[in-house]
Amino acid sequence: MSLDMFIQQFFNAITLGSLYGLIAIGYTMVYGILRLINFAHGDILMLGAYFVFFGTTTFCLPWGLAVVVAILAASATGILIDRIAYRPLREAPRISALISAIAVSFFIESLSVVLFTGLPRPVYQPEWLTTAFQIGSIRLLPLTLLVPAISFVLVMLLLWMVYHTKPGLAMRAISKDIETTRLLGVRVDRIIALTFGIGSALAAASGIMWALRYPQINPYMGIFPGFKAFIAAVLGGIGSIQGAMLGGLILGMLEIMAVAFLPSLSGFRDAFAFIVLLLVLFYKPTGIFGEHTEEKI
Amino acid sequence: MKCKTLLGLVAASFLALGLALPAQAEDPIKIGVYLPLTGQNAFGGKLELDGVRLAHKLKPTVLGRDVELVVVDNKSDKVEAANAVKRLTERDNVLAIIGTYGSSLAMAGGDVAERAKTPMIGTSCTNPLVTQGKAYSFRVCFIDPYQGAAAASYAFNERGYKKAGLLIDVANDYAVGLSAFFKRSFKKLGGEIVAELKYNSGDQDFTAQLTELISKKPDVVFMPAYFAEGAIIMKQARELGATFVIMGGDAMDNPKTLEIAGKAADGFLQTTFPYDLSMPKMSPEAEAFTKAWKEFSPNEAPNVNAALGYNAYNLIIDAITRAGKADTHAVTEALAATKNLPTALGVLSINATHDAEMPVGVIEYRDGKRTYVGEVTVK
Repeated sequence: MSLDMFIQQFFNAITLGSLYGLIAIGYTMVYGILRLINFAHGDILMLGAYFVFFGTTTFCLPWGLAVVVAILAASATGILIDRIAYRPLREAPRISALISAIAVSFFIESLSVVLFTGLPRPVYQPEWLTTAFQIGSIRLLPLTLLVPAISFVLVMLLLWMVYHTKPGLAMRAISKDIETTRLLGVRVDRIIALTFGIGSALAAASGIMWALRYPQINPYMGIFPGFKAFIAAVLGGIGSIQGAMLGGLILGMLEIMAVAFLPSLSGFRDAFAFIVLLLVLFYKPTGIFGEHTEEKI
Repeated sequence: MKCKTLLGLVAASFLALGLALPAQAEDPIKIGVYLPLTGQNAFGGKLELDGVRLAHKLKPTVLGRDVELVVVDNKSDKVEAANAVKRLTERDNVLAIIGTYGSSLAMAGGDVAERAKTPMIGTSCTNPLVTQGKAYSFRVCFIDPYQGAAAASYAFNERGYKKAGLLIDVANDYAVGLSAFFKRSFKKLGGEIVAELKYNSGDQDFTAQLTELISKKPDVVFMPAYFAEGAIIMKQARELGATFVIMGGDAMDNPKTLEIAGKAADGFLQTTFPYDLSMPKMSPEAEAFTKAWKEFSPNEAPNVNAALGYNAYNLIIDAITRAGKADTHAVTEALAATKNLPTALGVLSINATHDAEMPVGVIEYRDGKRTYVGEVTVK
C-alpha cells in the first residue's frame, strides 16, 4: 500500500471513528448514570436525520435552522422516551428497563416506517461541505475534517459540563448512588431527564452528520451505527466519555484498516467490530477507561 | 396507496368469508397477487402491482368470465411471503399467483405454491433457484447468470473495458450471484478482474473499499447493489475522486438512484429489462403499455417493474385462453408452452427452466438523465 493511500484511508477512518465516538457518548452517558443500555439511541439518531429532512423540505426552513430545530426536537423525544418508558421502571429490576429499551427501539422504527415510509430518501448536502479539495493525491471533503472537529468540541463541552457544573456534579453523584443523591435533595428525575436530553441531542447531531456523510436516510439507518457505537462505548469503558470517543476512533480505525490491509477479507468488516467486542468482554470487560465496579451488566 | 391496500385487505377478507360456498360457473376467476407493498422493497412492489392492475383494467375478462385480483402484501419479508401464498391458495383458492419482487421472497412463496400445485409467475425475481426444480414456478424476467454475462459482454465488447473491479454485497444472494457470473464471463472474454471488494447489506461507509478499488485502477467496477446502497456508493466513489465507470444491474433501476446520487450518477451504466421511456424505438406492445400507463398513473413514470407486473398478468391471461379452461393443471401446461408472446418487454418465450427469454437492455446515466443505449443478447 502506498503512503498516499494510507493517508487517505487514515482520514476515512478518522471520520468514521469520530462519528462512532459521538454516538457512543450518548450510550455511555445514560449507562453511566442509570446502568441502562438505551437501545433506542440509534433510533434517535435516525429521527434527528429525518427531522432535518422534513425541516428543509416540508417546512422549507434554511438548513442551519433545520439542524437546530432537529437537535432540539430529538432532545425532547429523548426526554419523552425516558418519561414514558424508563421512569416508571426506575425501581424495577434492571432487566425490565432493558427490555423496555428494546421495545422503544422497535416502536420508533416501526412508527417511522409507517409515517415516513420505508423508502430511502436523499439528503440535502450543503455544497461547501462536500466539494472535495486535493492535497497531493489525497482527496478530502471539508466534511471529513469538520466531523472530527465538531465531535471534539462537543466532547470538550460535555466534559466541562460533567466536571465543572452543578448538574454535572449531580449526574456524577447519581451514577455513584441514586438513593443517597435523592436523600441529599437532588431532583434525580430532572437530572436524568437532562441526561437523556443531552444524549439525544448528541445522537441527533451525529445522525445529521452521518446523513451528510452517507446521504441517504431510511427508518433503519440507526441500527448499525447504534451497534457499532455500542461496541465503541464498551471498548472505551462504558460510562466514560473520553473512553467512548477513543473507542469510536479505535473501532473506525480497525474497520477501515482491516479493509485497507486485507482487501480480500473486506466482507468480514463488520465481523471485526464484533470480534473486538468479544475480546474486550473476555479480557478487559471494563474497557480502556472503565472503572472497576462489583456490579455486573 | 396505503388506504387502497387496506381496503383491498378488507375486501379480500370479506371475499374469503364467501369461500365456503361452492364455486359456480359464473364466479370470477381469481388470480392472487403477492408483492412487497410495505418494507424495504415496497417501491418495486407497488409499481409491479400497478402494472398488474393496469393489465387487469385492460383485460378484465377471460373465457367469458370476470377476473378478480386478490392482492396480499408480503411486507418484504420471507415469512410473510410464505404466509401470503398459503392464504391465497388455501383461503382464496386462486387459479394462479402473480409475484413477487425479490428472489428470496419468491423462493419462500414458491415452495408453498409448489405444495398447493398452483402456478406462480414471478415478476422480478432473477435468482436461478426461484424456478429450479419447481413444476409450478415461472417468471417473466430473465435470470442472474444471463444478466451477469450480458453485463460482462457489454463492458468488454461494446465499451472495450479490459480491467474490471467488483464490489459485492456478500449478504445478498442477488449481488453474489450476479457478480459471480459477471466475473466468469468477463474472464472468459479475456478481461482481467483486478480487485474484488466486499461489503454487507446495510453498510453505509464504503470509503475503505473504494479507496482500495481506486488504487487498482480498473476501467469499470461492477457493483450489483440495490439502489439505496448503490447510490451512496457512487457518491462516495466520486467524492474520493474515482474515475472508473460504475456498472450495476436491474436492482438499481429506480428513480431514487438518480435522486440520491445526483451528479455522482454521471457515467453509471446499468443493465436491466428491455424497457425504458428513453428507448429510441418501442415495440407496438411497449408503446401501448406506455400510453395506457400514462392515463392510468399520470404522476408516475412507467418503469421496468410496472412493465413486469403488466407482463405477468398478460402471460397468465394468455395461458388461460390457450388452456381453454380455468384449471390449474391445464393453465400450468399452457404457461410452460408459451412461445413468442409479444409483450411490453419484447417477444417473450418461456424456456425449459420456466424463465423468460429476452434481451438485456443497457441504460447510461448522463447529466441527470437516463438514456437507453442498447441491448445485449448472450448465447
